[in-house]
Amino acid sequence: MRFLKFAIPLAVFLVLLGFFAVGLVRDPREVPSPFIGKPAPSFSLTQLHDEKLAFTPEEMKGRVWLLNVWASWCVSCQAEHPLLVEMTRQKLVPIVGLNYKDKRDDGKQWLSRHGNPYVLSAFDDEGRVGIDFGVYGVPETFVIDKQGVIRYKQIGPITPETLQQKILPLVRELGA
Amino acid sequence: MRRWLVALTLASAAFAQIPGDARVEERLRDLATELRCLVCQNQTIADSNAPLAIDLRQQIRTQIGQGRSDAQIRDYMVQRYGDFVLYRPPLKATTALLWGGPLLLMAIGVGVFVRLVRRRRIGQAQELPAARQAEIRELLGRD
Repeated sequence: MRFLKFAIPLAVFLVLLGFFAVGLVRDPREVPSPFIGKPAPSFSLTQLHDEKLAFTPEEMKGRVWLLNVWASWCVSCQAEHPLLVEMTRQKLVPIVGLNYKDKRDDGKQWLSRHGNPYVLSAFDDEGRVGIDFGVYGVPETFVIDKQGVIRYKQIGPITPETLQQKILPLVRELGA
Repeated sequence: MRRWLVALTLASAAFAQIPGDARVEERLRDLATELRCLVCQNQTIADSNAPLAIDLRQQIRTQIGQGRSDAQIRDYMVQRYGDFVLYRPPLKATTALLWGGPLLLMAIGVGVFVRLVRRRRIGQAQELPAARQAEIRELLGRD
């Protein structure tokens, strides 16, 4: 009986410790995407560099690709941009840009200044496509497989760690 | 000049009474206070001034105009942002602990308290030495 008086609070404490250990490592502001495992929403937008041309995600079926949401007014995008440029230089995986709530000229200028790693950029000036993808911040990146299903969403800039540990292994697994 | 002013006043009066719009704004407010702003996360879409909140309010307005029901609009948001976008978490298997947790904790607390009190009472009754108990019995017997 005396043992229980000692053991029960200790057990409760250890359980709490477990919760804290897990909780402190996670970002409480992160909102997991309900799209993981679901098909990417369909859309049709004009391309940033040529408004006469359209883009739909169906065009990318049969390939593993990344959809990177970016904007010229987004400061954090500058942090991940060199990584994207390098990824394209090494031809790791095709990246399609989604220019979110931007002005055409600003977007084009930003790319010519910081480099353009994108196969093309779709121009989402109203942010409607962003809402359809559940975008709530910039940058965000979606990994989409050959059937057009979203397999992973990166919230915030891609870091070298997430690139090596999450994104590239997934892209390889999906058979890029 | 006066005729022009009168005409202008009458014309503006026509804009003053648009019952349809007021109802839309009311529905918008009801819905927007139930949805969380994903950027600020501690505010509703109704309160937040984040660009995303403004966009979503406009989106809701458009959908109300298209004749969507409240449930449909809510589903639209949950489909894109997950359950977290609802300010009141839905009652599901995964949120059962969230909803029931406080009640469960209170029940455990009350249970522990009751056991503690009962044990103390029993302890108190048993702690009196036999001599004292005899004395008490005698005193009680006197009346």
